[in-house]
Amino acid sequence: MKTKVLAIDDSRTIRSLLSETLSEAGFEVITAEDGQEGVETFAKTKPDVVITDINMPRMDGYGVIETLRGKKIATRVPILVLTTESSAEVKARVRGAGATGWIGKPFDDESLIFAIKRVAGMAG
Amino acid sequence: MSSSIQDTFFEECEELLEAIDEGLTAIDDGNWDGETVNAVFRAVHSIKGGAGAFGLDKLVGFAHTFETVFDGLRSENQKLDGKLAQLLLRASDNLSDLVVEARGGKPADPETHGAVTNELQAYLEAEGLGEEVDLSDFQPMVLDLGFTDDQPSQASFLIRFRPHATLYDSGNEPLFLFQALAELGEIDVTLDESRLPKLESFDHEEAYLSWEIRLTTDKSEAVVDSVFEFVHGLCDLEISEEVAGSKEDPGLDTSVDASSVKDNSSEHTKQSSNTSTPNAKASAKPDAKAANSTLRVDLERVDRLINTVGELIINHSMLAQQIHNLDVDDLRAVENELEAFKSLAREIQECVMAIRAQPVKPLFQRMARIVREASAATGKVTRLVTEGDATEVDKTVIERLTDPMTHILRNAVDHGIEKPEARLAAGKSEDGEIRLTASHRSGSVSIEIRDDGAGLNREKIREIAVEKNLIPRDADLSDSEIDSLLFLPGFSTASEVSNLSGRGVGMDVVRNSVMALGGRITISSTPGAGTVFTIILPLTMAVMDGMVVSVADQTMVVPITSIIETIRATEGAVHCLGPKENMLSVRGSFVPIFDVAQVLGLRAESRDPLNAVFLLVETQMGGCGALAVDTIHDQRQVVIKSLDGVCGETAGVAAATILGDGKIAMILDPESILAEAPAAKALA
Repeated sequence: MKTKVLAIDDSRTIRSLLSETLSEAGFEVITAEDGQEGVETFAKTKPDVVITDINMPRMDGYGVIETLRGKKIATRVPILVLTTESSAEVKARVRGAGATGWIGKPFDDESLIFAIKRVAGMAG
Repeated sequence: MSSSIQDTFFEECEELLEAIDEGLTAIDDGNWDGETVNAVFRAVHSIKGGAGAFGLDKLVGFAHTFETVFDGLRSENQKLDGKLAQLLLRASDNLSDLVVEARGGKPADPETHGAVTNELQAYLEAEGLGEEVDLSDFQPMVLDLGFTDDQPSQASFLIRFRPHATLYDSGNEPLFLFQALAELGEIDVTLDESRLPKLESFDHEEAYLSWEIRLTTDKSEAVVDSVFEFVHGLCDLEISEEVAGSKEDPGLDTSVDASSVKDNSSEHTKQSSNTSTPNAKASAKPDAKAANSTLRVDLERVDRLINTVGELIINHSMLAQQIHNLDVDDLRAVENELEAFKSLAREIQECVMAIRAQPVKPLFQRMARIVREASAATGKVTRLVTEGDATEVDKTVIERLTDPMTHILRNAVDHGIEKPEARLAAGKSEDGEIRLTASHRSGSVSIEIRDDGAGLNREKIREIAVEKNLIPRDADLSDSEIDSLLFLPGFSTASEVSNLSGRGVGMDVVRNSVMALGGRITISSTPGAGTVFTIILPLTMAVMDGMVVSVADQTMVVPITSIIETIRATEGAVHCLGPKENMLSVRGSFVPIFDVAQVLGLRAESRDPLNAVFLLVETQMGGCGALAVDTIHDQRQVVIKSLDGVCGETAGVAAATILGDGKIAMILDPESILAEAPAAKALA
């Protein structure tokens, strides 16, 4: 079974980029357009890893992490946050919310895949 | 990176720019709330994010400055006044230009770009947000994974790693970290489970295990450390480089490889999957978004579908005719089914047409910018009011309307709307208003551009037309005929070209663009009160309603949109003016008669007008003409088959179609028939 990645981002461009890069790297990719849809999709598809953007309509990235962790929908599933800022503050906030790690935007393919492998391994 | 994703990016940019414009317009109108600001912020942010992925630095830089302003507005509740709104609108225009530039189009005006950037920066500094404009944080995170194969100088690292319970809580997993390390080189993992308590005192929320990893790699310590990037602070971690040869005794007796590590560390993983299951179905409620979810389809496929459905309708008519010609007694049952078939086919056709239909809103939004820029350039204040922007029109029509509408709006601001002082003097409000209205009108779409300016200067128009030999000096023209002179080729020239509206394009080009879409444009003006341009367009360019007529034994189709009414001549209604010129009297006014057969060269002699049927058509020039045809058959939808590339341009003929009996019929172009006819030439 391929490692299943749920990518949540309101930008179609970023979703396409993530889909293409990760599929080529052998992951199965599912996408969602905002936090709300992300949480719902999570429940339906049970991904192995979640990658989420911060700024999104309806529910933002922090909301996603808090919902998945707080409501114990996904207590241990790795959640990576896409951030345009890499300040210590943002990292602390992301981690405080319960995220597993972060990926700086814009990301390059290698660091993206490297980050996912660190938190999810690559089963299959 | 595939170029198709880049296409996706630019497509998305269009939508995002529209969203930005919409939000800013709402802000400018004072009709906004926090979510409006958020939405604009997100849109700018998305453009920045995508642009970053493609290394479009200039776009990233500007989007970042723009976004910072919005971030301030979002969090600090900075005052958003009209002046700032104007600046933001200009910033949005510049952003749009930068997108065009990034796409390989026209480069953004460096002066505007510089000015807007400076103003945004100045605003940020004044608000104490200035220092945030720093792009150093926004660089691609490049991790040197050392995939180069130049001189692999191996080093050996000893890593002591003891996760805290919080590490597991954040979803991190030691095994995966080890796997990541294994990708860097040779690893030897040793588990230390000495802190593991007895089962009765075991707390499953606690972390008891630690590891010692020996890694032999050609990577630097920084790369090794980066594996643990996410867990810094969530574990005790020590990374030390071992001097080659000094094989220190690990001092631990349990040596395991990565695969057996899994069994131990996954104690957490296993119980976590238990806790996650019961809650997983919590959000199985219907997806609100599913209601209007969209599908992106290549236009070409839609066009193919439209064409095929068109053929299907033709095929139905042919089938119906064939069946009708059969020598069968009772056809009622078959005809009923055929009728059902027809209505189904029509329905499919409507559905397919709806795919191509798009609201005119984006077009109207683009016009807001035109009005803004034109007003700024002329020192006038003009508000653009839009109505009916949900009206749907064929996508191609919308795309091709941009240029003509831009031209009309520039003209309206430049020549129509007066300067504020002049408006006040005339007893009008200081701000000019241009109203864009779209609406459906029986099978066609009407777009009206109405300004409340000074109206047309008929004296001057007449004078120019005479000067340019477009009309004789003594021509007797009605007001609407004078207004329509604007559409004549050669009317506008350099002498009255202002640097704004005159770009070597006259209203004749506007008229031609509209006509190329199968539409019409008319103008009407009231001195002192303003000017109205009305563009009437067909709903689609692929199918139209036509009147099927006979002309000299040929079947032809006249577009319904151009027919005002049909008239059968009565005794005394036709007046002879000369050997070839006849006039038809319609309710007291005289309309020139054009014998279609004669104009098209199908018959040398004019037919007896009393036997003819007349189709009263309106011309672009505001005048009327009566097309004389032999008979009218019926009115039906026909599929337009372009003659481009099939034969050269034929005066009087716009396109062709295939009729129910499989025969080809020409679709007439009343406009050019009127222009071709000798009678028209005599009039002009």
